[in-house]
Amino acid sequence: MYTDGNEMAGALREVFAVDVTVARGACVGCGRVGEVAQALVYGRAPGYVARCPGCDGVLLRLVRGPDGVWLDLRGLVCLQIPLPAGEGPPLLDPAPSNGPGSDRPTAP
Amino acid sequence: MARAAVLGRLTWRVATVAEIRAETAVADTLVFDVPGWPEHRAGQHVDVRLTADDGYAAQRSYSIASAPTAGRLELTVQRIDDGEVSPYLVDVAQPGDKVEVRGPVGGYFVWEPGDPAPVLLVGGGSGIVPLMSMIRARAAYGSRVAFRLVYSTRAPETAIYADELRRRQRDDRGLDVAYAYTRTAPPSARRPVGRVDPVLLAEAGWPADLEPWCFVCGPNGFVEAVANLLVEAGHPADRVKTERFGG
Repeated sequence: MYTDGNEMAGALREVFAVDVTVARGACVGCGRVGEVAQALVYGRAPGYVARCPGCDGVLLRLVRGPDGVWLDLRGLVCLQIPLPAGEGPPLLDPAPSNGPGSDRPTAP
Repeated sequence: MARAAVLGRLTWRVATVAEIRAETAVADTLVFDVPGWPEHRAGQHVDVRLTADDGYAAQRSYSIASAPTAGRLELTVQRIDDGEVSPYLVDVAQPGDKVEVRGPVGGYFVWEPGDPAPVLLVGGGSGIVPLMSMIRARAAYGSRVAFRLVYSTRAPETAIYADELRRRQRDDRGLDVAYAYTRTAPPSARRPVGRVDPVLLAEAGWPADLEPWCFVCGPNGFVEAVANLLVEAGHPADRVKTERFGG
């Protein structure tokens, strides 16, 4: 029996500050691109195994132990994680600083 | 608070059962009071954890049924006979009992009330639950976005929210409801017993060129069959959002 990546949202939000289930990633095995939410997820607590809906390859494994989480992302190439717009340019933005504590300019 | 969108690490909170309503012979709606609970987004779910006296813990995910409400949430839980969590929630839990919840979580299977695209909801069995949250949210926000629901259920008596859907179909302008009865249809049914098929989706859904959002929730086989029918009917795969609950 399996469910899908939606079910991992709580376990992932325990360690990440944003919702990783809406991140898009490519499968190492077949190159299929999709949201983590669309992965087919086998097993339940303490462990999840998320497989690619295209080729059944393992994308992600997550195990919750008593004092930590093991997260294996071996099957995913490059996660693209949506963030709210307008929260500022990249850290390497060359805009001049107006001194300590000043706000960096926001993106248009 | 420009940074409010960056969330903290998610942890468990205590939820107290405030009220229980029977929905069908095997499904109850549990209303929980949860101090500090933020409004969810329609379609999101919550993890529920039960811990026994000996420390053994069992955890499951349940879709939120209610419209977004701070401090309170409703879960509609269908009993799975060999389950670890649902028999407790449906048969044992009483008002005043406490469980732990973590959420709201999940940003994929979510309807955004500001999005003007029409919406097709296709639910199988208890897959109706997150779709009902969207229908209730639509009414709560006063949205005029056109919604169509196709609900697959075995028989009239297994349909969750049947009375409320009948009322909303009458009162919520722009909401249409169609049923696929897979075992027993009521005498008033316009369609013989049968699964969701291309004819029903063509009649009760939206043409692909209107670019609707399609939300499909139910058991695996149901979700895959319906999602494939929608894609074959011309809906782009990325407009068809799915949530599976096993089975």
